[in-house]
Amino acid sequence: MGSTSSERTDLQKAFNTSPGLEDESAVEIIRREDFSDVTFMLEFHHPMMAKAAKPGQFVIVIPQEHGERIPLTIADFDRKKGTVTLVIQAVGKTTKEMQQTCHRGTPLFGVVGPMGTPSHIGNNKKVVCVGGGLGVAPVFPQARAFKESGAYVIGVIGFRNKELVFWEEKFRKYCDEFIICSDDGSVGIKGLVTDGIKLALKKHTDIDEVVAIGPPIMMKACAETTRPANIKTTVSLNPIMVDGTGMCGGCRVKIGEGIKFACVDGPDFDGHQVDFDDLMNRLKRFNEDEKKALERWSVSCRIRGKEAPPTGPRL
Amino acid sequence: MAKKKTIRTIPQERTPIAHQDPGKRIKNFDEVALGYGLEDALNESERCLMCPETQCIPGCPVSIDIPGFIAKITAKDYRGAYDVLTQSNLLPAICGRVCPQEDQCEGLCTVGDTLEPVAIGRLERWIGDMAISEGWSNIPYREPNGFRIGIVGSGPAGIACAADMAKAGCDVTVFEAFHKPGGVLRYGIPEFRLPNAVIDAEIDALSKLGVRIKCNTLVGRLFTLEQMRNEMGFDAVFVGTGAGYPSFMDIPGESLNGVLSANELLTRCNLMHAGEFPDYDTPLHLGQRIAVIGSGNTAMDAMRVCLRLGAANVHCVYRRTRNESPARVEEIDHAEEEGVEFHWLAAPVEILGDDQNNVRGMRCIRMELGEPDESGRCRPVPVQGSEFEFEADMIVYAIGTNANPIIGQTSKLKLNKWGYLATDDTLATSMAGVYAGGDIVTGGATVILAMGAGRKAASSMKKYLGIRDTDSLHSTEIDDTITTLFGIDTREKNFARVRIA
Ligand SMILES: Cc1cc2nc3c(=O)[nH]c(=O)nc-3n(C[C@H](O)[C@H](O)[C@H](O)COP(=O)(O)OP(=O)(O)OC[C@H]3O[C@@H](n4cnc5c(N)ncnc54)[C@H](O)[C@@H]3O)c2cc1C
Ligand SMILES: Cc1cc2nc3c(=O)[nH]c(=O)nc-3n(C[C@H](O)[C@H](O)[C@H](O)COP(=O)(O)OP(=O)(O)OC[C@H]3O[C@@H](n4cnc5c(N)ncnc54)[C@H](O)[C@@H]3O)c2cc1C
Ligand code: FES
Repeated sequence: MGSTSSERTDLQKAFNTSPGLEDESAVEIIRREDFSDVTFMLEFHHPMMAKAAKPGQFVIVIPQEHGERIPLTIADFDRKKGTVTLVIQAVGKTTKEMQQTCHRGTPLFGVVGPMGTPSHIGNNKKVVCVGGGLGVAPVFPQARAFKESGAYVIGVIGFRNKELVFWEEKFRKYCDEFIICSDDGSVGIKGLVTDGIKLALKKHTDIDEVVAIGPPIMMKACAETTRPANIKTTVSLNPIMVDGTGMCGGCRVKIGEGIKFACVDGPDFDGHQVDFDDLMNRLKRFNEDEKKALERWSVSCRIRGKEAPPTGPRL
Repeated sequence: MAKKKTIRTIPQERTPIAHQDPGKRIKNFDEVALGYGLEDALNESERCLMCPETQCIPGCPVSIDIPGFIAKITAKDYRGAYDVLTQSNLLPAICGRVCPQEDQCEGLCTVGDTLEPVAIGRLERWIGDMAISEGWSNIPYREPNGFRIGIVGSGPAGIACAADMAKAGCDVTVFEAFHKPGGVLRYGIPEFRLPNAVIDAEIDALSKLGVRIKCNTLVGRLFTLEQMRNEMGFDAVFVGTGAGYPSFMDIPGESLNGVLSANELLTRCNLMHAGEFPDYDTPLHLGQRIAVIGSGNTAMDAMRVCLRLGAANVHCVYRRTRNESPARVEEIDHAEEEGVEFHWLAAPVEILGDDQNNVRGMRCIRMELGEPDESGRCRPVPVQGSEFEFEADMIVYAIGTNANPIIGQTSKLKLNKWGYLATDDTLATSMAGVYAGGDIVTGGATVILAMGAGRKAASSMKKYLGIRDTDSLHSTEIDDTITTLFGIDTREKNFARVRIA
């Protein structure tokens, strides 16, 4: 049905060289970069996934055999090189362990994706792409896609301070206007991303859409900022997930009057409809267990640290 | 030849099966029903009357020759019994454990009119287990025919379809979204009812047929069905992605922490080993007084898992009565023995939380049975003014599932009005060369029905590809009235097919 032979060989080739598909090898990390004490970037080789990935989608990673399935947004993908990039913030046991153990050459036990409904890029003429802290990474592919579709892109990114800034240049490249904010004023304007949004709204009265990604509290504030002017505002929700295929309902979120499963119906939703308080409550579901796991892991690291200090290059 | 058996001459008592003691078993995940020994099986096989007009076979969704395999047991030809079984059922060790036999074969057994019916399921399991321990498998030699088949989902429907296609000489690849194959058999049904070793053995048998299983592959998102048929070069595709998508009730309080679906609870425990947290990283945060809503197999499994993980009190809240419960009778009995408390004729109307947004209980209403509904079961009707509070620190929903949306979102396949994949009688979907079966077509059903659908689809796929189907058992049920065309069997389409490399 209308596929050219070059397309066929293309996909077949991607299929043949994608890990866990035609060959049995695990997904292997090919590059790591540390952005700060808590934020790092991992790149892995998976041609099939790089080919399929679209802005707004995520993967689920199981770092090791006893590990948890954790969702991470696809922060970048390179179809030519066949690579997929994740940016991770070390917040708890799994992500801290990944920060310690994941280097170039480290195999990941499982990676599945892309998951979720891709972001709607559409025919917007003017958009604001907002990334708060780590959120800069997941909003990047959307900013790029908007730019490539011909839209006028205003980038607003915010960090707590200068030390935490990453991907500034990479992001700026796809923006027609660019605003960077910091809580302490050590870089860009002193203020929150909502201040950046306000600046943009003041200057432009014809903004079609605001896309905001970051911690729930930030996305809530962004949605409140755009609500009076009734500007379409899309946010990407990050509830606790298990399968990521719609099978468990653990990721359910309240959107307007209804319940949606973020992993298949989202993760992008209309920010003006999202019940953020509900989301923030549900993120506390396993707080006690998470604390226990992190403490136990930290203790085991200290014990192991005494016996054998971690060696090997940190790439 | 033995004398003709009559209802008076056969062993009157159904041969009991050994069980782990309830007090002991709620502390472990080992299998509850221990299975027959040789003497038990021989004794039970004697109870089959070998009716000339069999009642039991029509009760079996895949038409196993039941007296046939039991006769082989009586004759001590166990391998022969296995061969008879596997003509129709590829997974006897699994189906013997999880089929609702009382509603199927055993429910129609002639012996059951007077005595307890023959324990067909237990005999099936016994043979299935023997095959695993003896390493039997029936791998016919087939010339590779060059057809490439893609199977989406590794539940019973996908497994059955894959096996049949591989046996026909096709090159078969199964794609599974999870990191382990098996579908509900793996993530849903717990170890004490269906040990992982049994699933592993059946999956292993599939690999021996040359089937490749690719886990961590979300079809629809990593590649679409259209791409499978076109660029990736699959000559035919079977979709068996299961029902998934658990239902909630849309009552206040459902997003409180401590409210979850049985699917989530079971996946965390069975697939992710939450019971071994923190040795495994996935938490569950088990409650101490747990209410499970619903009374199907899923509810029973959820409750019995909770008991084994150490919950002090586990309650089942169901809006109908025990008689209408969709669960297998044995599972309800086992749950009861293990200390589950049943609250029939009650349903929640609101979930109640504390100031930390954790569940503290629910408000329920009493029900009474009214007129039968379309399903033939009595409709539960709320009793006005009968509301009461029920204390619980964890509430588990086991009230069924809806269609998983991913395939619908990512392909042009036609869906029916409930969102399940629409198929015709041959299980063909609206896309040429794409077939579907199991829960994604019917909604939540049973293992044997899913398997039967996988086999039926395989039979249709073979016809579609022009592979001669020697499996008459299944081709007859899907055959149209016209079986010959110009004197040539329509099933033999290969005379007309030119394969382009
Ligand atoms: C669609 C989606 C995309 C995401 N993208 C990224 C990303 O690109 N980079 C990134 O660093 N993080 C991302 N996250 C969040 C990331 O999954 C969690 O930080 C991670 O699971 C925490 O695991 P942990 O064991 O290290 O921490 P834990 O100790 O388990 O938890 C720390 C905190 O993270 C939250 N959390 C815990 N488990 C999960 C879970 N399974 N899913 C979501 N949140 C959880 C909890 O609120 C908790 O308070 C994303 C989440 C979702 C749902
Ligand atoms: C807890 C529980 C207990 C049960 N107990 C019994 C019982 O005792 N007896 C009985 O007969 N029946 C029982 N059932 C019902 C029975 O298990 C199901 O009817 C049967 O498993 C359906 O088989 P299936 O192959 O259609 O789908 P499933 O078993 O659901 O398998 C579907 C598979 O497809 C995968 N998948 C989904 N989407 C994709 C995708 N896009 N790409 C790749 N893979 C995908 C899923 O991960 C899954 O592994 C039970 C069900 C549950 C939930
Ligand atoms: S993560 Fe399980 S349904 Fe979304």
